Amino acid sequence: MSEEFKVEIVNPERSFLLKEDVTEVVIPAFEGEMGILKDHISLISFLKPGIITVYSKSEEDKYFVEDGIVEFKENNLSILTSSIYKISDLDKNKIDQIVKVAEKESSEENIDDQKRYLIDQKIEVLKNLSVN
Amino acid sequence: MASLDDLKKRISSVKSTQKITKAMKMVAAAKLRRAQENAEKGRPYSEKMNNIILNLSSGISDQENAPKLLTGTGEEKTHLCVVMTSDRGLCGGFNTNIIKKAKQYFQKILKENKILKIITVGSKGYDQLKRQYKDNIIEKISFKESKNINYFDADKVGKIIIDRFEKKEFDVCAIFYNQFKNVITQIPQEQQIIPLKSNKENETSSGDNYEFEPEEDEILSNLLPKNISTQVFKAMLENSASEQGSRMSAMDNATRNAGEMVDKLTIQYNRSRQAAITKELIEIISGAESL
Repeated sequence: MSEEFKVEIVNPERSFLLKEDVTEVVIPAFEGEMGILKDHISLISFLKPGIITVYSKSEEDKYFVEDGIVEFKENNLSILTSSIYKISDLDKNKIDQIVKVAEKESSEENIDDQKRYLIDQKIEVLKNLSVN
Repeated sequence: MASLDDLKKRISSVKSTQKITKAMKMVAAAKLRRAQENAEKGRPYSEKMNNIILNLSSGISDQENAPKLLTGTGEEKTHLCVVMTSDRGLCGGFNTNIIKKAKQYFQKILKENKILKIITVGSKGYDQLKRQYKDNIIEKISFKESKNINYFDADKVGKIIIDRFEKKEFDVCAIFYNQFKNVITQIPQEQQIIPLKSNKENETSSGDNYEFEPEEDEILSNLLPKNISTQVFKAMLENSASEQGSRMSAMDNATRNAGEMVDKLTIQYNRSRQAAITKELIEIISGAESL
Protein backbone atom coordinates (compact mmCIF):
# COMPACT_ATOMS: atom_id res chain seq x y z
CA MET A 1 0.00 0.00 0.00
CA SER A 2 3.04 2.10 0.11
CA GLU A 3 2.37 5.31 -1.72
CA GLU A 4 5.68 6.79 -0.87
CA PHE A 5 8.67 7.64 -2.99
CA LYS A 6 12.07 9.16 -2.56
CA VAL A 7 12.97 12.78 -3.12
CA GLU A 8 16.43 14.24 -3.18
CA ILE A 9 17.19 17.91 -3.47
CA VAL A 10 20.81 18.79 -4.18
CA ASN A 11 22.52 22.09 -4.66
CA PRO A 12 26.10 22.46 -5.80
CA GLU A 13 27.47 22.69 -2.29
CA ARG A 14 25.78 19.71 -0.72
CA SER A 15 22.81 17.42 -0.67
CA PHE A 16 20.12 19.70 0.61
CA LEU A 17 17.35 17.27 1.45
CA LEU A 18 16.86 13.54 1.26
CA LYS A 19 13.53 12.05 2.15
CA GLU A 20 12.27 8.55 1.59
CA ASP A 21 8.70 8.81 2.75
CA VAL A 22 7.22 11.44 0.51
CA THR A 23 3.68 11.10 -0.75
CA GLU A 24 3.48 14.08 -3.06
CA VAL A 25 5.71 16.85 -4.32
CA VAL A 26 4.40 19.95 -6.02
CA ILE A 27 6.95 21.70 -8.19
CA PRO A 28 6.81 24.98 -10.08
CA ALA A 29 7.64 23.50 -13.47
CA PHE A 30 8.38 25.69 -16.41
CA GLU A 31 4.97 25.36 -17.95
CA GLY A 32 2.94 25.45 -14.79
CA GLU A 33 2.74 23.88 -11.38
CA MET A 34 2.94 20.15 -11.34
CA GLY A 35 2.14 17.62 -8.68
CA ILE A 36 4.13 14.43 -8.68
CA LEU A 37 2.83 11.24 -7.10
CA LYS A 38 4.28 7.77 -6.95
CA ASP A 39 4.69 5.97 -10.29
CA HIS A 40 4.68 9.15 -12.30
CA ILE A 41 6.07 8.72 -15.79
CA SER A 42 9.81 9.42 -16.16
CA LEU A 43 10.17 13.12 -16.50
CA ILE A 44 12.74 15.81 -17.03
CA SER A 45 11.73 19.40 -16.61
CA PHE A 46 12.82 22.85 -15.59
CA LEU A 47 11.81 24.89 -12.65
CA LYS A 48 10.91 28.49 -12.68
CA PRO A 49 11.11 30.56 -9.53
CA GLY A 50 8.47 29.34 -7.16
CA ILE A 51 7.66 27.12 -4.27
CA ILE A 52 8.31 23.43 -3.90
CA THR A 53 5.99 21.69 -1.49
CA VAL A 54 6.99 18.31 -0.17
CA TYR A 55 4.20 16.33 1.45
CA SER A 56 4.91 13.37 3.62
CA LYS A 57 2.53 11.59 5.96
CA SER A 58 3.21 13.66 8.97
CA GLU A 59 4.19 17.02 7.62
CA GLU A 60 4.58 19.30 4.66
CA ASP A 61 7.64 21.38 3.92
CA LYS A 62 7.85 24.36 1.67
CA TYR A 63 10.94 25.57 -0.13
CA PHE A 64 11.57 28.53 -2.33
CA VAL A 65 13.69 27.88 -5.44
CA GLU A 66 14.99 30.25 -8.04
CA ASP A 67 15.76 27.75 -10.74
CA GLY A 68 16.51 24.11 -11.18
CA ILE A 69 16.11 20.89 -13.05
CA VAL A 70 13.86 18.03 -12.08
CA GLU A 71 14.33 14.43 -12.97
CA PHE A 72 11.88 11.74 -12.01
CA LYS A 73 12.80 8.16 -12.66
CA GLU A 74 11.79 4.89 -11.08
CA ASN A 75 10.23 6.64 -8.15
CA ASN A 76 13.29 8.73 -7.49
CA LEU A 77 12.75 12.43 -7.74
CA SER A 78 15.93 14.46 -8.04
CA ILE A 79 15.82 18.20 -7.96
CA LEU A 80 18.98 20.06 -8.89
CA THR A 81 18.99 23.70 -8.00
CA SER A 82 21.57 26.36 -7.40
CA SER A 83 19.54 28.40 -4.97
CA ILE A 84 17.02 27.02 -2.55
CA TYR A 85 15.72 28.29 0.77
CA LYS A 86 13.47 26.68 3.29
CA ILE A 87 10.54 28.99 3.70
CA SER A 88 10.48 28.80 7.46
CA ASP A 89 14.07 30.02 7.45
CA LEU A 90 13.27 33.05 5.38
CA ASP A 91 12.43 36.16 7.30
CA LYS A 92 11.30 39.44 5.94
CA ASN A 93 14.76 40.95 5.74
CA LYS A 94 16.12 38.10 3.72
CA ILE A 95 13.19 38.20 1.32
CA ASP A 96 13.57 41.93 0.85
CA GLN A 97 17.21 41.39 0.10
CA ILE A 98 16.53 38.84 -2.62
CA VAL A 99 13.78 41.02 -4.07
CA LYS A 100 16.13 43.95 -4.22
CA VAL A 101 18.73 42.01 -6.15
CA ALA A 102 16.07 40.72 -8.51
CA GLU A 103 14.62 44.16 -9.07
CA LYS A 104 18.01 45.51 -9.90
CA GLU A 105 18.50 42.74 -12.41
CA SER A 106 15.15 43.37 -13.99
CA SER A 107 15.84 47.08 -14.40
CA GLU A 108 18.83 46.33 -16.58
CA GLU A 109 18.33 46.97 -20.26
CA ASN A 110 20.01 44.12 -22.02
CA ILE A 111 18.05 41.10 -20.89
CA ASP A 112 15.74 39.09 -23.05
CA ASP A 113 12.05 38.60 -22.48
CA GLN A 114 12.35 35.13 -21.09
CA LYS A 115 14.79 36.23 -18.45
CA ARG A 116 12.66 39.22 -17.57
CA TYR A 117 9.65 36.97 -17.21
CA LEU A 118 11.55 34.72 -14.84
CA ILE A 119 12.74 37.60 -12.74
CA ASP A 120 9.30 39.12 -12.54
CA GLN A 121 7.98 35.75 -11.53
CA LYS A 122 10.53 35.55 -8.79
CA ILE A 123 9.64 38.96 -7.45
CA GLU A 124 5.97 38.13 -7.48
CA VAL A 125 6.43 34.88 -5.58
CA LEU A 126 8.61 36.56 -3.01
CA LYS A 127 6.22 39.43 -2.51
CA ASN A 128 3.42 36.99 -1.93
CA LEU A 129 5.58 35.26 0.60
CA SER A 130 6.35 38.34 2.57
CA VAL A 131 2.68 39.25 2.74
CA ASN A 132 1.72 35.94 4.31
CA MET B 1 84.72 26.59 10.06
CA ALA B 2 81.85 28.68 11.28
CA SER B 3 82.29 30.26 14.64
CA LEU B 4 80.24 29.19 17.62
CA ASP B 5 78.12 32.29 17.44
CA ASP B 6 77.26 31.76 13.78
CA LEU B 7 76.22 28.21 14.46
CA LYS B 8 74.00 29.29 17.30
CA LYS B 9 72.28 31.81 15.08
CA ARG B 10 71.70 29.25 12.37
CA ILE B 11 70.24 26.77 14.77
CA SER B 12 67.76 29.24 16.12
CA SER B 13 66.77 30.41 12.66
CA VAL B 14 66.15 26.87 11.49
CA LYS B 15 64.14 26.23 14.61
CA SER B 16 61.86 29.17 14.00
CA THR B 17 61.37 28.15 10.40
CA GLN B 18 60.41 24.75 11.67
CA LYS B 19 57.82 26.34 13.91
CA ILE B 20 56.26 28.11 10.95
CA THR B 21 56.12 25.03 8.75
CA LYS B 22 54.65 23.05 11.62
CA ALA B 23 51.92 25.62 12.13
CA MET B 24 51.21 25.72 8.41
CA LYS B 25 50.89 21.98 8.37
CA MET B 26 48.35 22.06 11.16
CA VAL B 27 46.32 24.75 9.44
CA ALA B 28 46.43 22.86 6.17
CA ALA B 29 45.30 19.70 7.91
CA ALA B 30 42.30 21.45 9.41
CA LYS B 31 41.42 23.08 6.12
CA LEU B 32 41.93 19.85 4.25
CA ARG B 33 39.26 18.12 6.25
CA ARG B 34 36.76 20.79 5.41
CA ALA B 35 37.75 20.97 1.77
CA GLN B 36 37.51 17.23 1.46
CA GLU B 37 34.06 17.25 3.00
CA ASN B 38 32.96 19.94 0.60
CA ALA B 39 34.33 18.04 -2.36
CA GLU B 40 32.43 14.96 -1.32
CA LYS B 41 29.24 16.87 -0.71
CA GLY B 42 29.48 18.51 -4.09
CA ARG B 43 29.78 15.27 -5.97
CA PRO B 44 26.10 14.24 -6.12
CA TYR B 45 25.16 17.42 -7.92
CA SER B 46 27.64 17.08 -10.72
CA GLU B 47 26.98 13.37 -11.03
CA LYS B 48 23.24 13.88 -11.30
CA MET B 49 23.75 16.68 -13.74
CA ASN B 50 25.90 14.44 -15.89
CA ASN B 51 23.33 11.67 -15.80
CA ILE B 52 20.51 13.92 -16.85
CA ILE B 53 22.51 15.30 -19.72
CA LEU B 54 23.46 11.82 -20.83
CA ASN B 55 19.85 10.76 -20.77
CA LEU B 56 18.88 13.84 -22.67
CA SER B 57 21.54 13.67 -25.31
CA SER B 58 20.82 10.04 -26.02
CA GLY B 59 17.22 11.01 -26.55
CA ILE B 60 17.99 13.73 -29.03
CA SER B 61 17.05 12.67 -32.49
CA ASP B 62 18.08 15.61 -34.56
CA GLN B 63 21.87 15.74 -34.37
CA GLU B 64 22.08 18.62 -36.82
CA ASN B 65 20.21 21.06 -34.69
CA ALA B 66 21.63 19.93 -31.39
CA PRO B 67 23.08 22.71 -29.29
CA LYS B 68 26.60 23.69 -30.24
CA LEU B 69 27.78 23.31 -26.68
CA LEU B 70 27.12 19.61 -26.95
CA THR B 71 28.36 18.79 -30.40
CA GLY B 72 30.92 21.52 -30.94
CA THR B 73 31.27 23.93 -33.81
CA GLY B 74 32.39 21.25 -36.19
CA GLU B 75 35.90 22.64 -36.23
CA GLU B 76 38.88 22.19 -34.00
CA LYS B 77 40.83 25.24 -34.87
CA THR B 78 40.98 27.27 -31.70
CA HIS B 79 41.51 25.73 -28.30
CA LEU B 80 40.70 27.42 -25.05
CA CYS B 81 42.44 26.09 -21.99
CA VAL B 82 41.28 27.01 -18.54
CA VAL B 83 44.12 26.38 -16.13
CA MET B 84 43.00 26.25 -12.54
CA THR B 85 45.65 26.77 -9.90
CA SER B 86 45.81 28.11 -6.38
CA ASP B 87 46.28 31.66 -5.20
CA ARG B 88 48.86 30.78 -2.61
CA GLY B 89 52.20 29.12 -2.82
CA LEU B 90 54.10 26.82 -0.47
CA CYS B 91 52.09 23.82 -1.48
CA GLY B 92 54.70 21.52 -2.94
CA GLY B 93 54.29 20.44 -6.51
CA PHE B 94 50.62 21.30 -6.64
CA ASN B 95 50.77 24.18 -9.10
CA THR B 96 53.77 22.87 -10.97
CA ASN B 97 52.01 19.62 -11.72
CA ILE B 98 49.02 21.33 -13.25
CA ILE B 99 51.21 23.63 -15.27
CA LYS B 100 53.30 20.74 -16.50
CA LYS B 101 50.22 18.91 -17.68
CA ALA B 102 48.86 22.04 -19.30
CA LYS B 103 52.13 22.81 -21.06
CA GLN B 104 52.21 19.36 -22.63
CA TYR B 105 48.77 20.04 -24.02
CA PHE B 106 49.78 23.51 -25.21
CA GLN B 107 52.76 22.14 -27.07
CA LYS B 108 50.66 19.50 -28.75
CA ILE B 109 48.22 22.14 -29.93
CA LEU B 110 50.85 24.55 -31.14
CA LYS B 111 52.58 21.78 -33.01
CA GLU B 112 49.37 21.11 -34.89
CA ASN B 113 49.28 24.77 -35.84
CA LYS B 114 46.12 25.47 -33.98
CA ILE B 115 45.34 28.61 -32.10
CA LEU B 116 45.79 28.53 -28.38
CA LYS B 117 43.99 30.71 -25.89
CA ILE B 118 44.44 30.49 -22.17
CA ILE B 119 42.40 31.58 -19.20
CA THR B 120 44.11 31.25 -15.86
CA VAL B 121 42.15 30.85 -12.67
CA GLY B 122 44.29 31.51 -9.62
CA SER B 123 47.27 33.81 -9.56
CA LYS B 124 49.98 31.17 -9.26
CA GLY B 125 49.14 29.71 -12.62
CA TYR B 126 49.36 33.10 -14.24
CA ASP B 127 52.76 33.71 -12.64
CA GLN B 128 54.14 30.51 -14.03
CA LEU B 129 52.64 30.79 -17.49
CA LYS B 130 53.13 34.46 -18.25
CA ARG B 131 56.76 34.10 -19.19
CA GLN B 132 56.24 31.59 -21.93
CA TYR B 133 52.67 32.11 -23.03
CA LYS B 134 52.02 35.77 -22.33
CA ASP B 135 50.41 36.42 -25.70
CA ASN B 136 48.10 33.45 -25.38
CA ILE B 137 46.60 34.42 -22.06
CA ILE B 138 43.37 36.22 -22.76
CA GLU B 139 42.07 36.50 -19.26
CA LYS B 140 43.17 35.91 -15.70
CA ILE B 141 40.78 35.33 -12.89
CA SER B 142 41.57 35.17 -9.24
CA PHE B 143 39.35 34.60 -6.26
CA LYS B 144 41.75 35.76 -3.62
CA GLU B 145 39.03 37.67 -1.83
CA SER B 146 36.51 34.90 -1.40
CA LYS B 147 37.34 32.78 1.57
CA ASN B 148 35.43 29.67 0.62
CA ILE B 149 34.87 28.02 -2.66
CA ASN B 150 31.36 28.90 -3.69
CA TYR B 151 29.19 28.19 -6.64
CA PHE B 152 28.82 31.85 -7.40
CA ASP B 153 32.50 32.13 -8.34
CA ALA B 154 32.33 29.01 -10.47
CA ASP B 155 29.31 30.41 -12.22
CA LYS B 156 31.28 33.53 -13.08
CA VAL B 157 33.99 31.48 -14.72
CA GLY B 158 31.36 29.42 -16.50
CA LYS B 159 29.67 32.53 -17.85
CA ILE B 160 32.96 33.89 -19.15
CA ILE B 161 33.59 30.64 -20.98
CA ILE B 162 30.12 30.56 -22.48
CA ASP B 163 30.23 34.20 -23.46
CA ARG B 164 33.40 33.65 -25.38
CA PHE B 165 32.02 30.51 -26.95
CA GLU B 166 28.97 32.35 -28.18
CA LYS B 167 31.19 35.00 -29.70
CA LYS B 168 32.85 32.11 -31.55
CA GLU B 169 36.22 32.79 -30.02
CA PHE B 170 37.10 29.14 -29.69
CA ASP B 171 35.98 25.68 -30.75
CA VAL B 172 37.24 23.39 -28.03
CA CYS B 173 37.56 24.06 -24.34
CA ALA B 174 39.45 22.05 -21.76
CA ILE B 175 39.98 22.65 -18.09
CA PHE B 176 43.03 21.66 -16.09
CA TYR B 177 42.90 20.91 -12.41
CA ASN B 178 44.19 18.53 -9.80
CA GLN B 179 41.96 15.69 -8.80
CA PHE B 180 42.15 14.82 -5.15
CA LYS B 181 42.92 11.19 -4.57
CA ASN B 182 44.42 11.27 -1.13
CA VAL B 183 46.71 13.47 0.91
CA ILE B 184 49.85 12.33 -0.85
CA THR B 185 48.48 11.81 -4.33
CA GLN B 186 46.84 14.38 -6.51
CA ILE B 187 46.35 13.65 -10.15
CA PRO B 188 46.53 16.49 -12.65
CA GLN B 189 43.51 16.23 -14.89
CA GLU B 190 42.64 17.48 -18.30
CA GLN B 191 38.93 17.56 -18.97
CA GLN B 192 37.27 18.65 -22.13
CA ILE B 193 34.04 20.47 -21.48
CA ILE B 194 33.17 21.87 -24.90
CA PRO B 195 32.10 19.96 -26.87
CA LEU B 196 30.94 17.61 -24.21
CA LYS B 197 32.73 14.33 -24.36
CA SER B 198 30.72 11.49 -23.00
CA ASN B 199 33.47 9.09 -22.17
CA LYS B 200 31.06 6.75 -20.47
CA GLU B 201 29.84 4.79 -23.40
CA ASN B 202 28.94 1.86 -21.26
CA GLU B 203 26.56 4.07 -19.36
CA THR B 204 23.18 2.48 -18.88
CA SER B 205 21.28 5.17 -20.66
CA SER B 206 18.41 2.84 -21.13
CA GLY B 207 16.76 5.22 -23.54
CA ASP B 208 13.91 5.58 -21.14
CA ASN B 209 10.85 7.26 -22.43
CA TYR B 210 11.09 10.47 -20.60
CA GLU B 211 8.43 13.04 -20.64
CA PHE B 212 10.05 16.33 -21.45
CA GLU B 213 8.68 19.65 -20.56
CA PRO B 214 9.53 21.87 -22.43
CA GLU B 215 11.13 20.23 -25.51
CA GLU B 216 14.38 18.31 -25.29
CA ASP B 217 16.34 20.86 -27.25
CA GLU B 218 15.20 23.65 -25.06
CA ILE B 219 16.06 21.80 -21.91
CA LEU B 220 19.45 20.89 -23.28
CA SER B 221 20.32 24.38 -24.37
CA ASN B 222 19.41 25.60 -20.92
CA LEU B 223 21.14 22.81 -19.13
CA LEU B 224 24.47 22.82 -20.90
CA PRO B 225 25.62 26.23 -19.71
CA LYS B 226 24.74 25.16 -16.20
CA ASN B 227 26.73 22.01 -16.66
CA ILE B 228 29.80 24.02 -17.56
CA SER B 229 29.53 26.00 -14.36
CA THR B 230 29.03 22.77 -12.49
CA GLN B 231 32.11 21.20 -14.00
CA VAL B 232 34.13 24.29 -13.15
CA PHE B 233 32.77 24.17 -9.64
CA LYS B 234 33.67 20.53 -9.30
CA ALA B 235 37.17 21.29 -10.51
CA MET B 236 37.46 24.09 -7.99
CA LEU B 237 36.40 21.85 -5.14
CA GLU B 238 38.80 19.10 -6.15
CA ASN B 239 41.50 21.68 -6.56
CA SER B 240 41.04 23.14 -3.13
CA ALA B 241 41.15 19.76 -1.46
CA SER B 242 44.25 18.90 -3.46
CA GLU B 243 45.89 22.18 -2.60
CA GLN B 244 45.47 21.65 1.11
CA GLY B 245 46.57 18.04 0.89
CA SER B 246 49.61 18.99 -1.11
CA ARG B 247 50.48 21.78 1.28
CA MET B 248 50.09 19.49 4.23
CA SER B 249 52.53 16.91 2.93
CA ALA B 250 54.93 19.60 1.73
CA MET B 251 54.93 21.24 5.14
CA ASP B 252 55.29 17.89 6.85
CA ASN B 253 58.41 17.25 4.80
CA ALA B 254 59.73 20.70 5.53
CA THR B 255 59.23 20.23 9.25
CA ARG B 256 61.06 16.93 9.16
CA ASN B 257 63.93 18.35 7.15
CA ALA B 258 64.25 21.24 9.53
CA GLY B 259 64.43 18.79 12.42
CA GLU B 260 67.23 16.87 10.74
CA MET B 261 69.06 20.09 10.08
CA VAL B 262 68.76 21.19 13.68
CA ASP B 263 70.18 17.85 14.83
CA LYS B 264 73.12 18.11 12.46
CA LEU B 265 73.86 21.68 13.40
CA THR B 266 73.63 20.92 17.12
CA ILE B 267 76.19 18.15 16.79
CA GLN B 268 78.46 20.45 14.87
CA TYR B 269 77.99 23.15 17.47
CA ASN B 270 78.80 20.80 20.35
CA ARG B 271 81.87 19.45 18.60
CA SER B 272 83.32 22.86 17.92
CA ARG B 273 82.55 23.96 21.45
CA GLN B 274 84.40 20.91 22.75
CA ALA B 275 87.29 21.57 20.40
CA ALA B 276 87.56 25.11 21.63
CA ILE B 277 87.63 23.96 25.27
CA THR B 278 90.27 21.32 24.53
CA LYS B 279 92.37 23.87 22.73
CA GLU B 280 92.20 26.24 25.67
CA LEU B 281 93.10 23.45 28.11
CA ILE B 282 96.11 22.47 26.03
CA GLU B 283 97.25 26.06 25.99
CA ILE B 284 96.91 26.37 29.78
CA ILE B 285 98.68 23.07 30.48
CA SER B 286 101.54 23.70 28.08
CA GLY B 287 101.85 27.20 29.52
CA ALA B 288 102.08 25.77 33.03
CA GLU B 289 104.64 23.15 31.98
CA SER B 290 106.96 25.67 30.45
CA LEU B 291 107.29 27.49 33.73
